[in-house]
Amino acid sequence: MTKKTKQPSLDFKTDWAYAPALEDTKHISLKKQYDLFIDGEFVKPHSKKYFATYNPATEQKLADIAEADQTDVNKAVIAARKAFEKWSKISASERGKYIYRIARLMQERAREFSVIETLDGGKPIRESRDIDIPLAANHFFYYAGWADKLEYAFPNRNPKPLGVAGQIIPWNFPLLMAAWKIAPALATGNTVVLKPAESTSLTALKLAELIRDSGLPNGVVNIVTGAGSTGAAIVNHPDINKIAFTGSTDVGKLIQKSIAGTTKKLTLELGGKAANIIFDDAPIDQAVEGIINGIFFNQGHVCCAGSRLFIQEGVADVVIRKLKDRMETLIVGDPLDKNTDIGAINSKEQLSKINKYITIGKNEGAEMYQSSCALPTKGYFCRPTLFLNASQSHRIVQEEIFGPVLTILTFRTIEEVIEKANNIPYGLSAGVWTDKGSKIFNLTSKLRAGVVWANTYNKFDPTSPFGGYKESGFGREGGLHGLMPYLKF
Amino acid sequence: MSRTNTLPNFKNTPVIDQVGVEERVARFTTRSIKKSSKGQALKMILNMIDLTTLEGKDTEGKVKQMCYKAVHLHDVIPNLPTVAAVCVYPSMVKIAKDALKGSSVKVASVATAFPSGQSTHDVKIADTKFAVDNGADEIDMVISRGEFLSGNYNFVFDEIASIKEACGTARLKVIFETGELSTLDNVRRASEIAMAAGADFIKTSTGKISPAATMPVTLVMLEAIRDYYYKTGRMVGMKPAGGISTSKAAIHYLVMVRETLGGAWLSNEWFRFGASSLANDVLMQIAKEASGVYQSIDYFSKD
Amino acid sequence: MSRIEIQKTYKLFIGGQFPRTESGRYYPLKNKKGELIANICLSSRKDFRNAVVAARSAFASWSTRAAFNRSQILYRIAEMMEGRKQQFIDELMLQGATIKAATTELETAIDTMVYYAGWCDKYQQLFSAVNPVASSHFNFSVPEPTGVVAILAPENNSLLGLVTSIAPAIAGGNTCVVLASERMPLCAITFAEVLNTSDLPAGVVNLLTGSSQELHAHFSTHMDVNAVVTYQNKPDEIKTIQQNASLNVKRVFVHTAVTNPNPYLIFDLQEIKTTWHPIENIGSAKAGY
Repeated sequence: MTKKTKQPSLDFKTDWAYAPALEDTKHISLKKQYDLFIDGEFVKPHSKKYFATYNPATEQKLADIAEADQTDVNKAVIAARKAFEKWSKISASERGKYIYRIARLMQERAREFSVIETLDGGKPIRESRDIDIPLAANHFFYYAGWADKLEYAFPNRNPKPLGVAGQIIPWNFPLLMAAWKIAPALATGNTVVLKPAESTSLTALKLAELIRDSGLPNGVVNIVTGAGSTGAAIVNHPDINKIAFTGSTDVGKLIQKSIAGTTKKLTLELGGKAANIIFDDAPIDQAVEGIINGIFFNQGHVCCAGSRLFIQEGVADVVIRKLKDRMETLIVGDPLDKNTDIGAINSKEQLSKINKYITIGKNEGAEMYQSSCALPTKGYFCRPTLFLNASQSHRIVQEEIFGPVLTILTFRTIEEVIEKANNIPYGLSAGVWTDKGSKIFNLTSKLRAGVVWANTYNKFDPTSPFGGYKESGFGREGGLHGLMPYLKF
Repeated sequence: MSRTNTLPNFKNTPVIDQVGVEERVARFTTRSIKKSSKGQALKMILNMIDLTTLEGKDTEGKVKQMCYKAVHLHDVIPNLPTVAAVCVYPSMVKIAKDALKGSSVKVASVATAFPSGQSTHDVKIADTKFAVDNGADEIDMVISRGEFLSGNYNFVFDEIASIKEACGTARLKVIFETGELSTLDNVRRASEIAMAAGADFIKTSTGKISPAATMPVTLVMLEAIRDYYYKTGRMVGMKPAGGISTSKAAIHYLVMVRETLGGAWLSNEWFRFGASSLANDVLMQIAKEASGVYQSIDYFSKD
Repeated sequence: MSRIEIQKTYKLFIGGQFPRTESGRYYPLKNKKGELIANICLSSRKDFRNAVVAARSAFASWSTRAAFNRSQILYRIAEMMEGRKQQFIDELMLQGATIKAATTELETAIDTMVYYAGWCDKYQQLFSAVNPVASSHFNFSVPEPTGVVAILAPENNSLLGLVTSIAPAIAGGNTCVVLASERMPLCAITFAEVLNTSDLPAGVVNLLTGSSQELHAHFSTHMDVNAVVTYQNKPDEIKTIQQNASLNVKRVFVHTAVTNPNPYLIFDLQEIKTTWHPIENIGSAKAGY
């Protein structure tokens, strides 16, 4: 029988520690240097320049990556254009079969891709293995099936491909973003020039090798690596018909401005600052898990992260206590360790951005809480962080931090929380937790966001359209709607 | 002992989202427990097992052999712990108690018209007292599922409270038979009722029907225990029973306990496995860790 | 002596009312012979601003009306147009059309309005989806109106251009601010009178007359406008609009000619929202979604 002498508390630091369970990396193959993938083969960059890519968990170099300049981009576009003439004319079902091959090959090489994704970007092996790579392969598989069915997707429209698509993707889900871009473009008969993010080019380059192995005709997919200037060369290239960009809102606006006056089609998938709303009749423990998943999954490097937590005041104390307890069990560590929950921050720059916001938050007067976990001594790591007693006008609440930092606000009524949730320039995603069905649909219909998760969070599927309202961008990826950005009617 | 004066309204227990629970459980099962942490876990598991025989055909001989195994799991390996307890029918309590004299292994007895619980209050009290008088250290009772599913929650509460009284100093485990309760909302409700009524342990199943213990059900019960502890300061133990036959599964349960309740519950005072074949699987794993090679069941005594 | 006619004053249509331009400016509209037809308001950016305020405040209610209700209102617009047939034909002829061309244009415009009235409660079924996700969730995608749409109507089709550009926007639940053709603005105001008698709530459609050269920048920089649709075939203005749109990531749609009516013009001004909810599976049977 225990007496209540002090506040009951749980101790999650036990004698029974988890030993490291490192994923085996001996089976992967990585070259020391990677060239550009243009017209079906790896070619040296015109400038002969390379840049290094690092493992953010160890700060060690993994490989040298070619830097594509305007000449290289031009070469890639020419190859894509030439390939387009044939690719758009082969039978649609044959097109689909190539894409099926890519999907199957990716499933076969899944473990290798997962390990390299983790090494290059810092995300836990458990995530790349269980989420990123399977979703990427499934994305190709799903769109392969659409290739010969477009006349049913858009009845009476006679859909046709746009031509050459220039695609620029970010570093938070490198292979998955490549799949989200390439699969629908190919299925609809377009050809592609894709630039991965400069800090995470490796899985895109391994994908290039895979594509070569699949027998896909030369030039249908071209991978040009590089940083901002390579991206600009793509955006501004006159013979590209379509630009698809996923990244920050600031760069998205620059791109929209750059292509003004041209006939280029554009889709943008930009930043977000999603509201995750917990009502007092929510399934609280599962909601807490949803919050954790919403902001700490992938180190918070997620455009749809639930970074503004709105808790109905009556349950705020309970939710926060449970959040803190749950945070104590999160393991921040070596991304290759299968037990790691939160891996490395993608780069030094990103870590300093996050730390800058943590300082801003403290200066703004929000109450900061961090779990007590140990951090590795090398590499770029950040503890999961809460800011309690935040309010709408705090910068940490209005601006996207893109890290494992959660701002917490309370609310009292439904009208109040809907208004506050929508009171932001972004509109990518939102979360609602309540047990009452009619309340669920009230919230989901009023929240101005392209993806609304009710009693769940951060769920993705190739059949499910994803994209934003307002400054989170326009156009959808996934599902039937994901075909539209790559067709003209 | 501090006690709230008003009964909570058991109709208003927290709602549980099943899909969310299953997702949390999936995370536990991806924890990779290797090397020294695995060895530690295996020994903990052995020490948490309630070795069980609850058959119509149980005899004195069967029970005695099981009790010997309880203390001498595998003498070939030195420094092995014993199991936590043996679990038998009331008629076998005295035999077990004699067989286990001098050891630290406890004797738990099922009671209250186990497994169905379909009998009168007097019969259930008598059943309990008989086991306690014969020396049972622990009583595993069953709740009246029919009354529960009819919404008579206060009946269920009263029944548990009166059995607890009949237990005297014996610790009371309350079996929900979660397979019959079917929803996780009901499991949460049963947990709150049992703890409010004085349960020392809450237990998933009788082991007589399927599904028996599952990780989602166990997680819901562990979370209920945690919330109750924060509210009252009183610790309650948890026992999943039936359906856990591999070390791998048992280790996942330990991970779940550790990450839900922390270190204080990682002992057999507060956590038990109701299992029969689990012990040998754990022994095989321990032998494999020591020798480096996979084992065969032929080398481990069944019983 | 023949009776003196009461000449019509052509004003703007903002928030369900007919104000003059707050700038007080006008431009003369002359016929082929150089005779004055009317003085047309030269709208200013403040008029545009007021119109956006009216459109925004009308949006919440218009976008959440039952789709069937919207279709009835659009149909009534067509009824009112039919009733004013002669007035429209007279104005089209004043602006230089032959009687045959004017009649054809008017009839096409009315039929186009009827066409879109029919789409109000159907396009959702065309553009939504229940998505068969691989996990135990119900997942559905629905279209929702984008918000306030700024429209630059075609220069060369007075009435038909207005209807073609406005109908898909409001059929889809959006509200709009429309700049009528500068050369042929007469029908715009008569059309506004039609809207005003059609049960269309105030602020859903706001009509301005004036110069796209002056106003296109304001149309595309206003931070509370969600999309811009332009039918004006002016490359410089189009470029400026697209550049300015990047300020708040406006959706921009450029049409170089009046297109055949089709539901994709509605879809242009819709956002797709995808919603997920778990499905609790008790027992062995699984959900079929």
